[in-house]
Amino acid sequence: MSIALVIATREFKSLFLSPLAWTILAVLQGILGYLFLNQVETFTLIQTKLAGMEGAPGLTDIVVTPLFSNAGIILLLVIPLLTMRLICEERRNKTLSLLLSAPISDSNIIIGKYLGTLGFLLLIVALIAFMPVSLLMGGELDNGKLLANILALCLLVAGFSAVGLFMSTIAGHPTVAAIGSIGILLLLWILDWTNSIKDQRSELFEYLSILRHFQTIQSGQINTMDLCYFVLFIATFLLLSIRCLANERFQK
Amino acid sequence: MANLIEVEHLSRYYGKYCAVNDISFTLARGEVIGFLGPNGAGKTTTMQILSGNLAPSSGCIRINGFDLLYNPLKAKRSLGYLPDTPSLYKDLSVQEFLYYCAQLQGIFKQAITPIIDKTVERCGLQTVSKRLIANLSKGFQQRVGIAQAILHNPEVIILDEPTVGLDPIQIKEIRALIKELGKDHGIILSTHILPEVQETCTHVQIINNGRIIFNESIIDLNRTMTQGCLQVITQSAVDLAVLSAIPDVSHIEPIAHNHFKIHYSLTGNPTHQIAETIIAKGWGLEEITPIKKSMEDIFLALTQVES
Repeated sequence: MSIALVIATREFKSLFLSPLAWTILAVLQGILGYLFLNQVETFTLIQTKLAGMEGAPGLTDIVVTPLFSNAGIILLLVIPLLTMRLICEERRNKTLSLLLSAPISDSNIIIGKYLGTLGFLLLIVALIAFMPVSLLMGGELDNGKLLANILALCLLVAGFSAVGLFMSTIAGHPTVAAIGSIGILLLLWILDWTNSIKDQRSELFEYLSILRHFQTIQSGQINTMDLCYFVLFIATFLLLSIRCLANERFQK
Repeated sequence: MANLIEVEHLSRYYGKYCAVNDISFTLARGEVIGFLGPNGAGKTTTMQILSGNLAPSSGCIRINGFDLLYNPLKAKRSLGYLPDTPSLYKDLSVQEFLYYCAQLQGIFKQAITPIIDKTVERCGLQTVSKRLIANLSKGFQQRVGIAQAILHNPEVIILDEPTVGLDPIQIKEIRALIKELGKDHGIILSTHILPEVQETCTHVQIINNGRIIFNESIIDLNRTMTQGCLQVITQSAVDLAVLSAIPDVSHIEPIAHNHFKIHYSLTGNPTHQIAETIIAKGWGLEEITPIKKSMEDIFLALTQVES
């Protein structure tokens, strides 16, 4: 297990050696900062109206929830770019044999790579969470809901990066990996849109949709079912990645 | 002496194409095996299989007593591997890269720095240890690759063309290093350069079309090379004692009663005398053929007959 952490640390540090990580941090922070300020602006505009209403949505509902939803969508596009190199580039640069000939199991390689990326993504989540936290200086937040949002986003990025890692393990070229994982994620994201057509509800699709589980946790309802969904989701793609990496040795 | 590597009936197919066909060999401590062969002979595939980068289609490999397929982690612990393209993280400095490799090999934290210092010195990397690998010349990158392979002092070292891209002085240094390592390790190296094998290896294996077609120790090989050899076929039986008495003939190897090989030292050439003797005795000389003697000749003869 400690070997996995060694790989994770190396991966995490290597990210900051490339301009990619810095660019992603800057762009995300810029866009989300703009969206955040927009929401705060909206809140100040309608604040007086809200004061008169009973059971009106609070600061958390108007600022935090939309911010995290938007972050989720943007990360859906960004994470595949981050994960596409993980195994794929090592294979192309022939550095994978360093890992394959070292006394490390395939699962440690995959878990190490995964944790390294996850570390970077959690840093992004932390930076996003700082924005609403800054509101505490002048107002009050629903702490429970804020934490639920942070948890939802953490689980979401964990799921996204597992898919990205898997695609990077099977694809021959990083771009293919990125397009593939964006495809899978987008499909899983929009899967329950069919529900808008009333007669055609599909429970299976509803269960498979990431969006639904994400939104449930975001709203503050933390169910075992949603947590299980994410755990199973991550475990499935990690196991698939490990299998694929093991298959690497059987290449034709 | 226990064998560090035992390979039994190893085969590897790429689809229908057979890259390695039923090869078996062993490597003991103190041996340096030179793998020779034309392009596409299966050298790199064999090395990739030995290093755990490729799975064999069939066969069994034991490294230091551990089966590579069933106990890969323990087997790989005693393995250092330099691939044909050295696996280097170009965006790290030499120090950082070697530190990471040491960690991957599970070396204790306290021991890492002295080990790196020693390896850097051994491979002559002191001047570049703080530079990024991407900015190093090909020769230095190759040396970093070698450093990576010997860093954890593995029992078995597999080097795929270790002297590619090095200048003559570096080649000399690396050969000396391989020789020194070969004293208490087992080394397999592949190369196209024939003198390199003569200089550094204790054993030679020539591989062609996935088969080992030649496997001899360098001592035997050198004997054949400082000696000439004649293949003689006669019509009737020969009294070998008479032929042995001819000056410069060192040793006669009978194959059949009228077919034998005569080894002689290269200082003199008794061919003429042998032919005369056989004719004079009336044994009926049918054939007298010099057998090729240089390493290159052996290599060419073996690989061309096959293909």
